[in-house]
Amino acid sequence: MSGEPPSIVRSSEAPLLFELTAKPRRPPIALQPRIRHNARLDMNKTLSMLAWGAVAALGSAAVAVAALHRGEPINALWLVTAATCCYALGYRFYCKFIAAKILALDALRATPAERLENGRDFLVTNKWVVFGHHFAAIAGPGPLVGPVLAAQFGYLPGTLWVLGGAVFAGCVQDFVILLCSVRRDGKSLTEMAKEETGRVGGFVAYAAVIAILIILLAVVALVVVNALKGSPWGTFTIAMTIPIALLMGVYLRRIRPGKVLEVSVLGFVLVLLAIWGGQWAAQNPDTASVFTLRAPTLAILIIIYAFAASAMPVWLLLAPRDYLSTFVKLGTIGLLAIGIVVMHPTLHMPALTRFVDGTGPVFGGKVFPFAFITIACGAISGFHALISSGTTPKLIARETETRIVGYGAMMAESAVAIMAIIAACVLQPGVYFAINSPAGVVGQTAAAATTTISSWGFPVTAADMQALAHAVGEQTLFNRTGGAPAFAVGMAHIFSQSLGGESVMALWYHFAVMFEALFILTILDAGTRVARFMIQDALGHIYKPLGRTSWYPSILATSALIVAAWGYFLWQGVKDPLGGINSLWPLFGIANQLLATVALCVATTIIIKLHRTRYAAVTLIPLMWLVAVTFTASWHKLFDPNPGIGFLAQTRALASGPATAATARLIFNDRLDAAVTAALIVMVAMVLIESVRKWIGVLTGREEARVKESPFVMTRLAEEQA
Amino acid sequence: MKALVITAARIFLTTLREIFDESAYARFLSRTQMVSSPAAYAAFRQEFEEARTRRPKCC
Repeated sequence: MSGEPPSIVRSSEAPLLFELTAKPRRPPIALQPRIRHNARLDMNKTLSMLAWGAVAALGSAAVAVAALHRGEPINALWLVTAATCCYALGYRFYCKFIAAKILALDALRATPAERLENGRDFLVTNKWVVFGHHFAAIAGPGPLVGPVLAAQFGYLPGTLWVLGGAVFAGCVQDFVILLCSVRRDGKSLTEMAKEETGRVGGFVAYAAVIAILIILLAVVALVVVNALKGSPWGTFTIAMTIPIALLMGVYLRRIRPGKVLEVSVLGFVLVLLAIWGGQWAAQNPDTASVFTLRAPTLAILIIIYAFAASAMPVWLLLAPRDYLSTFVKLGTIGLLAIGIVVMHPTLHMPALTRFVDGTGPVFGGKVFPFAFITIACGAISGFHALISSGTTPKLIARETETRIVGYGAMMAESAVAIMAIIAACVLQPGVYFAINSPAGVVGQTAAAATTTISSWGFPVTAADMQALAHAVGEQTLFNRTGGAPAFAVGMAHIFSQSLGGESVMALWYHFAVMFEALFILTILDAGTRVARFMIQDALGHIYKPLGRTSWYPSILATSALIVAAWGYFLWQGVKDPLGGINSLWPLFGIANQLLATVALCVATTIIIKLHRTRYAAVTLIPLMWLVAVTFTASWHKLFDPNPGIGFLAQTRALASGPATAATARLIFNDRLDAAVTAALIVMVAMVLIESVRKWIGVLTGREEARVKESPFVMTRLAEEQA
Repeated sequence: MKALVITAARIFLTTLREIFDESAYARFLSRTQMVSSPAAYAAFRQEFEEARTRRPKCC
């Protein structure tokens, strides 16, 4: 105990819209007194054991059906049941074990939200509000796109990785990092890495964030380009979201200040009108010709848009678009969950496809390691560690609430990934591959593509594809790589079965495309701005004015730098005859898992320093798995002799083939991708070596096992309660 | 049961207000003793945006 706790500014001075619920505080989990058993408690315990036994049996049966059933298609409800049971068991037992045995959550220890409450960053907040806030920040397009791409292996690898990865790795990472940050006054992952493992960890975390942002922005921009190319309906709808966002910005600033929910509802209605208007725009020859754009044109427009959004006042475009996107995101995810449960569609994709051998058309490489690189968000995402050590720890009222916020919100994100797998796998496999395969792999014409895909054992005809394209209001659905169009078709398929039938499938499809594109464009403008701030912070150490976020020459220069960096990769992806996403998505996966490696190294170091080495496997095993995955994937991306997988093999193939105008550029791009991959893997090795040295030092007694936690201060929330 | 539904609805609305920064604006008004107006909202955004736009959002 450290004497008198600091004074706390409470809600009497700054009224919260929701007061902390009055609820009896329990003693810390690790300190709970042994309860004397009586007959009633025994009865409850027996019933509880029976109930959890039933959940375990149901979950095992659902996983077994999903894993072992062959031949006939299975119902999506098996996946939903498996996921629900796994999450329930993981939360009830594994998360509780970590909370009690390793982290020893202490409800009596004041959190930074209480000790440092200032009404701005630090604020005692209801746990469900923090949960919603945290989930809205961690859920992006990643858990929708990655699982759709990985469905080329069948529904099983992705499902098992999403379930196992989330329960044993992703949720654990988010939970442990959140608690560590709460105990360190809300410090960031970079700061914790620097303090607990050493300077290399801090530097690698910083470099990984920049690398992830650049690659991520390029990849998601490419997803939008592939979803909108040749689609006047989709392009019109997305173009309309810009004036809608500007209108919302002006409304919020001048007409009804601060009424964000109100203006978001208004914006949503306008977006629905834009979707409806898109149909007219696509059918009118004059407007259709304006909004039918090729991929390079779309790429240039997106680059210009992101630069403008990064340099413009936030209130005018970025903030209202962010609100609109969040509103649509939360609503659509909820709607999709209801749609899947109510319609319980059949999965037509087999459990495993022949492409587990690495010959898949969507992206090259065997199921191990590439399924685990392709699906990052939804199973484990290093980026979440930034949010778990960002805003969220400053809002947590009690340590015990980190369980539901850290572990629970990641489970919700994992459930979104399961929904994406279902949306992709309800499609006929032939249709899925026709949409997701680049022309360079399956052929340039509809006849060639359908012949190639049918020869793989997934029958599809040009007439089927034409009818589907017509039903969703597109000219063609061939070669729409990137995952978003396939997800949109799957989502439209699920919704149209229940709401409006086939006649409104086109509306649902364009709603789904709008939802993803809006989501992604928000990531683009917000991500460009975040990266700009990071670059400005770094450059400010070299020349002070460059660090000033209000100095316009600095704003323009750093915005241009960031946009040029991801814009180059986007351009590369657009011009890549193999589809671009094939090489860029694995790079993003490796970069993201690098950040997860840093987070798990920090978590393991802290567990060892807390003298709980015998439980270190909880973070060490996910860490070892990630290291194995990232190293193997990087090795393949660098040195695999198959030109469809290895960057260097592709340069050799290009060099020995017929020289075209693009050959030199393609060779340069492959070498650049190889260099980026090598740099990422060197960083993984550096942070790992530094962490292992630290662990050995602590375990052999050569280094002091001192964690940099804030001193214990008794919570006053319990006193107020009393 | 009714109380439970009311509490759930209240939490849901509060969560939305927190996510959409309406709560942050209300706290700002309370802290600065201002009434809601275009000028107050502009001041709020100025104070708030620097921190908000630095927050990473996941992929």
